[in-house]
Formats: sequence, structure tokens, C-alpha cells
Amino acid sequence: MTALEPETTHEIGQARRRKEDARLITGRTNWTDNIQLPGLMHVAFLRSPQAHARITSVDVSAAKERPGVIAAFSGADFAAEQGSLPCAWPVTEDIVIPDHPPMAVDEVCYVGEAVACVVARDRYSAADALDAIEVDYEPLPPVLNMEEAVAEGAALVHADKGTNTSFHFVMENGDMDAAFAGADVVIDRTFVQQRLIPAAMEPRAVVCAPVGDEYTLWSATQIPHVLRVMLAMVTGIPEHKLRVIAPDVGGGFGSKLQVTAEEVLALLIAKRLGRPVKWTESRSEGFMTTHHGRDQIQHLRLAADRDGRLRGFHVRLLADMGAYLMLVTPGVPLLGAFMFNAIYKMDAYTFDCTGVLTTKMPTDAYRGAGRPEATFGVERMMDELAAELAMDPMELRRRNWIAHDEFPYDTVSGLTYDSGDYEAATDKAMALFGYDALRKEQERRRSEGDPVQLGLGISTFTEMCGLAPSRVLGSLAYGAGGWENAQIRMLPTGKVEVVTGSSAHGQGHETAWSQIVADRLGIPFDDISVIHGDTQSSPKGMDTYGSRSLTVGGIAVFNACDKVVEKAKRVAAHLMEAPEADLEFSGGAFRVRGTPEASTTIQEVALATFAAHDLPDGMEPSLDSDATFDPENFSFPHGTHLCATEVDTRTGEVKIRSYVCVDDIGKVVNPLIVEGQVHGGLAQGIAQALYEEAVYDTDGNLTTTTMADYLLPSAMDLPEFTTDRTETPATTNPLGVKGVGEAGTIASTPAVVNAVIDAVRHLGVDDIHMPCTPERVWRAVHDAEGRARPPEDLPPGAAGGLGSVNTDEGASS
Amino acid sequence: MARVSVTVDGVRCDDDVEPRLLLVHYLRDRLGKVGTPIGCDTTNCGACTVLLDGVSVKSCSVLAVQADGSEITTIEGLAENGELHPVQRAFHDQHALQCGYCTPGMIMASVDLLRDNPRPSEGEIREGLEGNLCRCTGYQNIVRAVRQAADEMAPASAEVPAQASGGAA
Amino acid sequence: MIPAEFTYTAPDSLDAAVEALRASDGDGMALAGGQSLMPLLRLRLAYPESLIDLGRVPDLTGVRDDGDHLRIGAMTTYAQIVTDPLVRAECPLLAQAAATVGDPAIRHRGTLGGALAHADPAGDLPAVAVALGAELILQGPGGTRVEAAPDFFVDYLSTTRGPDELVVAVRVPKLPGWGTHYAKFSRTAQAWAIVAVAAAVKVTGGTIEEARVGLTNMGPTPVRAREVESSIQGAPATREALRAAAAHADDGTQPPSDLHGQADYRRHLARELTERALAAAVGL
Repeated sequence: MTALEPETTHEIGQARRRKEDARLITGRTNWTDNIQLPGLMHVAFLRSPQAHARITSVDVSAAKERPGVIAAFSGADFAAEQGSLPCAWPVTEDIVIPDHPPMAVDEVCYVGEAVACVVARDRYSAADALDAIEVDYEPLPPVLNMEEAVAEGAALVHADKGTNTSFHFVMENGDMDAAFAGADVVIDRTFVQQRLIPAAMEPRAVVCAPVGDEYTLWSATQIPHVLRVMLAMVTGIPEHKLRVIAPDVGGGFGSKLQVTAEEVLALLIAKRLGRPVKWTESRSEGFMTTHHGRDQIQHLRLAADRDGRLRGFHVRLLADMGAYLMLVTPGVPLLGAFMFNAIYKMDAYTFDCTGVLTTKMPTDAYRGAGRPEATFGVERMMDELAAELAMDPMELRRRNWIAHDEFPYDTVSGLTYDSGDYEAATDKAMALFGYDALRKEQERRRSEGDPVQLGLGISTFTEMCGLAPSRVLGSLAYGAGGWENAQIRMLPTGKVEVVTGSSAHGQGHETAWSQIVADRLGIPFDDISVIHGDTQSSPKGMDTYGSRSLTVGGIAVFNACDKVVEKAKRVAAHLMEAPEADLEFSGGAFRVRGTPEASTTIQEVALATFAAHDLPDGMEPSLDSDATFDPENFSFPHGTHLCATEVDTRTGEVKIRSYVCVDDIGKVVNPLIVEGQVHGGLAQGIAQALYEEAVYDTDGNLTTTTMADYLLPSAMDLPEFTTDRTETPATTNPLGVKGVGEAGTIASTPAVVNAVIDAVRHLGVDDIHMPCTPERVWRAVHDAEGRARPPEDLPPGAAGGLGSVNTDEGASS
Repeated sequence: MARVSVTVDGVRCDDDVEPRLLLVHYLRDRLGKVGTPIGCDTTNCGACTVLLDGVSVKSCSVLAVQADGSEITTIEGLAENGELHPVQRAFHDQHALQCGYCTPGMIMASVDLLRDNPRPSEGEIREGLEGNLCRCTGYQNIVRAVRQAADEMAPASAEVPAQASGGAA
Repeated sequence: MIPAEFTYTAPDSLDAAVEALRASDGDGMALAGGQSLMPLLRLRLAYPESLIDLGRVPDLTGVRDDGDHLRIGAMTTYAQIVTDPLVRAECPLLAQAAATVGDPAIRHRGTLGGALAHADPAGDLPAVAVALGAELILQGPGGTRVEAAPDFFVDYLSTTRGPDELVVAVRVPKLPGWGTHYAKFSRTAQAWAIVAVAAAVKVTGGTIEEARVGLTNMGPTPVRAREVESSIQGAPATREALRAAAAHADDGTQPPSDLHGQADYRRHLARELTERALAAAVGL
């Protein structure tokens, strides 16, 4: 940090209403699909109805004859230039990375893979002409079940690779044999993380406009900067000829952290035709072909002493990669590698993960990416252990978590947690929740045999945020760094433009960054504008994902401000005819120490610098700054989430009666935005617990292609949340911030499922696969009571299906 | 081609359209009213909600030709003389939006909800918005915003029954 | 997604609508509220050559008191049914069930006639029509005919309606002195019913004189739970008696197995929800 420490903190911590809202609430938005350009053509893709097949012929000639059509292409037409979609995270040295042509040429490996396209005058003509394309397929066996896929003699997704195992990653810490050998209790469970569809409200869309040999590409993306680099690498079009713009982007949740086939193909089509083109996915197209999330089978073994002390945790995962490895597909489960031990102390921990190729849509980042899976695994196991030991589940956690006076703490998985106070967050949450009264009510309902049972679920979670220290990413074989860039432009009139490499799509950076700058420079909030999402105007960045924007990008902004103040101080000293060392900066003005009445504002300095008539010798006439921040460590938000569910044992219906969470995300820049992030995160985590699942049938068809089948919760399906915070500042950045974007999602899923299980555990239930649908809950209760009727003869792909490979019966331990 | 004549946000529009043209595509692609977005194919998400002759409809499930002779209000026509509608203002005040993609539909549905029920309970607000999906907010602040707008729009009617009930403070 | 091409007419009289349908020779579809049809068109699961829009046909909307029944125009929307004072007073079951269909925007467009003609067994109103013994008035080139609700539904999305016939109105019997309830069970608020039960019960002096029960999504058509109805007749209006009768709710049904529920679970739900619907109908 610089020696200059402005004292003003008028903005940071304030619940500022967002600057972004003005255009969003009036419909004056700039979504990618809104963009109209002269001569714009519309692209539609023909997609494979086969999960796995050889393409024996593609005939687009009839489509070219259809009205309004100017071109139609097959994969063969692009074979020479389309390259392979990138995987930036080869997690092991011997990882198997299948070739991934943006448009299939010889073989399709999942339903929805693009095999041909039409370019037409309008979207209606383009859609119509798809019917005229003839494709012949020679079916190959689908590969759907992970356990079967890695077995000897399995049908292969990519025959040339000779295996469906993409990678096997093992991390061992401590003496696992000793931990288990002396253990009083060993809990052994298998959990399934079902496959999810991120379902950002804005469908993906791309517009590409060629001008000479230069290309501008608008995309509904979270990562304009990464996308530009990758498009250059994939297509060979030089990076300086490419401009990528992320205009208003309607949510991402990781799904737009990708380099997609459609982006590459839009660029190649625009190049081929010399005309601007647009493609916008329909929702059902998007459900099939925008990357999915989660999808793991978790074999977990936990060893403990009789008093509850954890000894060893053995984690063995099968992680479904889908048909190809996309941008960070194999890295997602690895982000969980450091989080299965969570907030707990233990002697030994092993993480063993096999990435499995299947004939399904590739998986990749989805809100939390690897950390929700890990948190679910460990928090479910803690409840199982508590039940085994007949101990209160919170008491068990207390006995094992890192105490507040033990920070910084080196965890068994090799991370250093800088700060935290699990006791404080838990005490606050327990009080808000009314834990003891609810336990009493639960006892009463149990003893009365109430058909509606009450369950209490706990999740005391932590996560690693602020992705990421570049050297750590390097050690994990990630293909890029984890820094972020910011620039400050001091305008002559005293206004400020902040250029950020973060790329917001709902997070409110325009507001939060303005608050930081307002405090650091002492400039009014409304005098600041934030520029982002265009590689031409914000040229450097690593974009927005992994709860990184504030903890990395926000710190870059902070540092850039300090650089401006440093320069301005030199000019101010010159103007005030005072030694620089005697100046102090506060509230936007420089003053000579001891004579507070004489001041020069930073706006005056900006104008003087612009005029440049009278600057210190050798000083260039600019206050502008550029800062790139690379964090030294991750940040570790944590919190205690408590959920009470009412479970109707007769129908299986689950109702969330109350949900309380106390999150510690360090210092807060804007509590309004923070609360909103927590609410939205909770909604998505709860949705995984109760509602959402991508289901593939036995032929490899996605059966949940619409919102009528893939159930997103509405306002009616979610409770009112009680949220609160404790504040333990991060010690690894000057704002003390930790990140909040994923916390709610990571924490809430196990809290809800623990509550559901807790409601019916006394009936003999110790697991229900997610989502905990009424049917699954009912079946679990009735199976436990031995009164369940056998399922009738079921058609393939019936309820439960193959979305996560195993049917309800399949993956129990 | 079929002839449609509609009034959109106060502007009369006469056009020849394909019968299959969806109202939302007519608004977006023909009239440039891109404030109304599209979020699904199946009338689930409600992002495209507009008012058709004063009541909410999902403009992706209405043909432009069906709207012939009608008056349509979109999110772009809600503010009057530069003054935000109370629901718009409430969404801003209560931080009831994040990415904002569902917001036009959510606001139009909220306007319709308050037309139908000026003093909704929390449960009635949630029920009234069940046809509009939001992926960012978890709905809590949306519910707060509708409550704020209700308070602003119908303060008088709220007090009348209180007085009528004999001043039971 | 974008519908395939079709021609479109918006006839301004019922005769013209019937004639347009006849002239389409089986390749035309009537467009009522369009809330089921439009997604099918957009997903290209339906490819009609022509759409005959009933939106401009006069006199297809509204509720009329016809003595022992209400006559409800086919183009009467769910929203109108939910708020109509006559329906609320005389056929509250219909109003209650209509209020659970879709969401407010869908209820502004979707119509009673459209819902019945579409004949989706997962739809809410077909089972209600069956339970109440509603009659459909159909008009074709040869004139009008009347069909009782149970007979109207033939199979999944299939009815006795001829390709050149239109549903013009529905006659819903008033059931004075009956208690009614619609119990709907779905995974999320906007999801289709996994199972729903429409119950109407007449109790005299603590004894069940008559009951009618219709089931949503328990087979390819909406079905009457006849075994429940017969076994409960004459029974006392007690929870035990209702439960005993409800145990027959799934008798003879052919519930589907799909994403949202396997058949055995639907059978169980039908029994459970029937008990709850009966109990609510008799005020227990």
C-alpha cells in the first residue's frame, strides 16, 4: 500500500442504489440480441439428434435454395480453419483431451452438437431452411453411466483415445492408514451431485461484424478478454484484429465463462461471407448446448474418534466431463479438492478424482464450481457422523472447526486460511434461527407421529474465493494468470473514468467500483463512470467469475486510485509551493499539514495537469494510472446456514419453513448488493437441493429441454430468507474483502438436504438423492418403512432417469 | 401477409406481417422495441411480458396478428414524461434486479398484479409473480419492491378501511 | 424457437369459423387462447397448414345463468372464470381450479374451451369438467350437438370433436348445497400437476349422499374415480370413511410414468389427494 491513506470512507459500506438500474428498469438495454447492423444475417444451427454417431453425409444444397438463405455450411466446410475448442486447464500431465471441432465433421458425441448451419436474411427463414438439410448418421453406442464408462471393455466416446478416463488426479495429505486404523467410527457414503443447467435468464447470443480484415464480436459472455485471446488462438486470426464486446449480459453463473462453438463459428461465418451475422439460441437449444454443471458421484469415507474428533477423510470422485473438455471442465472438480476439509481440522485427507468422458453435453463452471460439490460432501458427512455418534450436529462441528484464535491456519489440504470466526457467525445464526425451540418442536412432532415432520439442517461452510494467485494457478496447470487490471482516467473537468477488466453481468460493478473510487479519490459518486466489457476500451482483464471481481478487480481499482493520488500529490505540492512530504490528502483535497485552511482539490490538480502549463520538472502531463493486482492468497468467506424444513411424509412434499444465514465475507463495500448476491445464491443452492436436474434418457437424449421439465423455482417456491453478517476482514487485501458471489449457492444445498434428512431420519432414512423431489422423499420414507410398493414397469428415461447416471437405486452405498 | 394495426407505447403502427410472426418478434425486430426480451420457448419465464389492452400477456405466446386493433404497453412505455412508474422506482430502491434480463417482464407483471390487487399480501405478491422467473435475486427484493410500489400507489385506499373500522389504532 | 409457416384467418362469425375449419380439410387448427398451442407451434411439435383464430368470433365469451346450469362460452378465459361472480357462486370448483392454471398472464389468454378441446390429461379443467358432469356444445357444418364431458375425452390430446367442429360453449351443472375442492400437487408453482383431484360432495345430515371425483393426470384422459364415488355413497362424513373410500382412487387408472412421477407414486398421490380433497369438500 502507499503511504497515503485517505481517511474518507463515506461511500464504502453504504447501501448505494445501483447506477446500472436506470437502463435496466426502462428497457433501454443493450443485450446482444438487440444489436442491429446494416446487412445483418441470421445464423441457425442444425443439431445432432444422436448422442453418438458417425456422420456419413451432410447435404446442405437444398437449404441453400430456400428463400432468404444466402449460405449453408457443414462441418467439412470449416474443417481446415475451425481448430479445436480450447481446454485451458489440463489438470494432469497425461490428461486425455479429445479434439473438439466447433462444428462436428466426422462424429457427433452428444445430442445438440452442431452439424450444419444456415445463414439467412432473418431468423424465420434461417429456422425454416434447417429442415432442408440432409444428414446421415451411423449410430454408435451412447456412453452415459460413469461407473460403466471407466470399466474394462466399455464403449468409448472417442475411439482414438482408447479410454473414457480423461484424467486421474490424486492429492494425499497426512497418514490416511493411521487415521482409519485407530478410528472408533468410520462413515461410508456415496452421494450424487446431479447434473444441473445454469439457465441464466438471457440466452446466449453472438453478433460478429467484419470490417476489412478486422472483426468485432459481441457476445453474451462473462469473459470478453479471455474470449479474445482464445478466438485468436483457435482461429489464427491475429489478436490485434479482434475486438470482443460483452454488452449488457443477462446473468452467467459460470455458463458464460466459456469459449463456445457458436462464437468461433460466428466469427468464421462472418469472415467467410464478409457480412455481419447474428446467432441467438432458443431456450431449448440452450438447455442442450450451453455447458452444464456439477454431475459427480462422491464416494466418501470419514474416520473419527468416539468424541467426534475427525481423523481422516477419503474422497473419491467420478466427475462427468461430458463429451469434450471445454474451457475449465477438468478444473471444476479440482476446485473442490481444497474444500472437502472445509473449516475442520483433521489428520489426513485424500482427494482422488477421475474425470470421465460421456456422450453428454460437457460440464463446466456453474456458480461455485467444485466448491458446492465439496461443501455438500463434507457437510452431509458431518450430519451422518453426528447421527452415528448421537451427537448434536452443531456440537460435532464445534469440536472440529478451526477456532477463531487459530488463524492464520494451514489446512490439511495445504491452504492458509487468513482469517475467520466460525463461532461468531454460528452464535448469531443460532440465535436468529431459534435452534433450541425448533428442536423441541421436532421432538414433539416425532413423539406425536405427526404426518408433517420437522427437520433442521446445518451448513457451516467456507469457500476459496478471489481466483486467484497466478503462481497457484500455475502450479495447478491452469493456462492463465489470476490477476486483474484497472485504470483510472482523470478527466480535465474533474470527472473520472474507471476502466476495469472485470466484466459485470449483474454484479453491480459500476456502482461498487464508483464507491471505492469515490472514497479513495474523494470525488463524488456521481462524477465517476465505469468502463468495462470491451477489449478496445478496457484492454486488459481476466474477467468475472469465481467471486473474484471485488477481491481482485476491486483491489486493482483501489491500487490504481493510489497511483493517481501519488501523481496528483506531486502536482499539488508544486502548485501549493509546499514540500510533497508535508502534504496530506483527504476528502479529495491536498492540504499542508498544520495549515488545513489552504487546500487544492484533486479536481483542480486534474485541470492543471490537463493544461500542463506549470507542472513539476520532468513530469508528464497525466494523472492517469494503470494497476494490475495479483492476489497473494485466496480469500475465505465463511458462514453458518440453518434451514428448517417441514416434510409431509404422506406426499413427500418439502416446505422450507425458515432459512437463516450469517455470512462472513469480510468488509462490505455495498450491503445492498451483498444481500442481493446472498439471496440469489441461496435460491440457486436451494433449487439444486429441491428442484433442478438435467435428465438424459437411456439413448442419451436430454429430456429436460424446456423450463416445463427443468424446474426453476419461482417466487412461490422460495421462502423469505433471514440474512445477516459478521465481519472478519480478510488480511490479504487492503479492503479486507472476501467475495460473495457464490457463498449462498455453496452453503445452502447441504443445509436444505440435511434438513430434509433430519426430518425423516428417525424413520430410517439416511440419504435422499437430489433434487429431493416429493417422489424421492416419499419413496425414501416408504422404503425405510418397508411399505413401498414396487415400481411398476417403467419406460426408459422415467422419473429419476440418467441425469446423473444412477437412478435412485443405483448409487446407494 | 396479414395487416396489423396496433398502438405500441402510444404510437400507432400499421404493418404487413407473416401470420406466424410472434408479437415479441414484431416488437423487437420490426418496431425496434428491444426493451422486451425473450427468455424461453414455452411461456414459462415471463421475460417478454407486456400489457395487451391493459392486462399482462406473454408476448412470445401471442401472434402479432392476434394483437390487431389492440393497445400494447411495454417496459419502454411505462414511464410518463420522464417520470418513472412507481414500480420501476421501487425496483431500483429495493435492489430488485441484478442482471436485469427478467426485469421488464417482472415489472410489467407487477404492474398488472397491482392493477388486479392494489394491496397484496406477501403471499399474493409471490403468487402473482409465479409466471416470471428470475435467476439472480431469489425474489426477496422483488417482493419488497412490489410492496413498496403498492404502498406508494394506493396509500389512500389503505387508510380508508382503517378509519371505517372505528379507528382501532 | 419459431413456428413453421401457416395461413391465418380470423373469421367474424361462428359459421364462418366452422366453414374455415371445414375448408382446411383436417389440416387447420382452431386457435383459442393459444397458451398450449403456441409453445407447440414454436417447438414445431405442431404443423398446422392454417390457423383459424376464434378471437374475433362474437358471442363465444361470457357466463350465462341457464337455470340448473351455467353456460360458459368456449372463449371465456381462465381469468374471467376465476373472477366471474356467477361461477364463484354456483360452480366454485371451476373457479378454484382455474385459478391454479398457469400464471396470471396465461390465465388472461387461456380459455375454457381451448383447455377442454386440447384435452391434456395433465390440464386442470378437464378433470373438473368430468367431475362436475359438464356438457360440451359443439358446432359443425351440420349444426350443434352436445357431448357429456367424460365421453368427450378419448385419449391423450384426443377428443370426439370432429376436424370441422368447434367447442362453442360448456354447460356446467350447478350443484347447490354441495361442497367442492380441487387438490393439486405439483413440484413447483408453475409445473403441471403430477396428480390433482377434483371433488364434489353432497352431505345430508352427516351422511354422504353423493360424491363426484375427477382425476388429473392419472391416465391418457381425465378420469372419474367411480370406485371412490360408489363406495362413499351413504357413508358418514368422517375422516375414516373418506380415507377408506379414497383408497380406491387409483382403481382402474393407467397413470403415466414420466419425469415428474412414476406410476406407483401417482397412484399413491391419487389416494392421498382424494382423501384431502374429499375432506376439504365436506369441511373436515
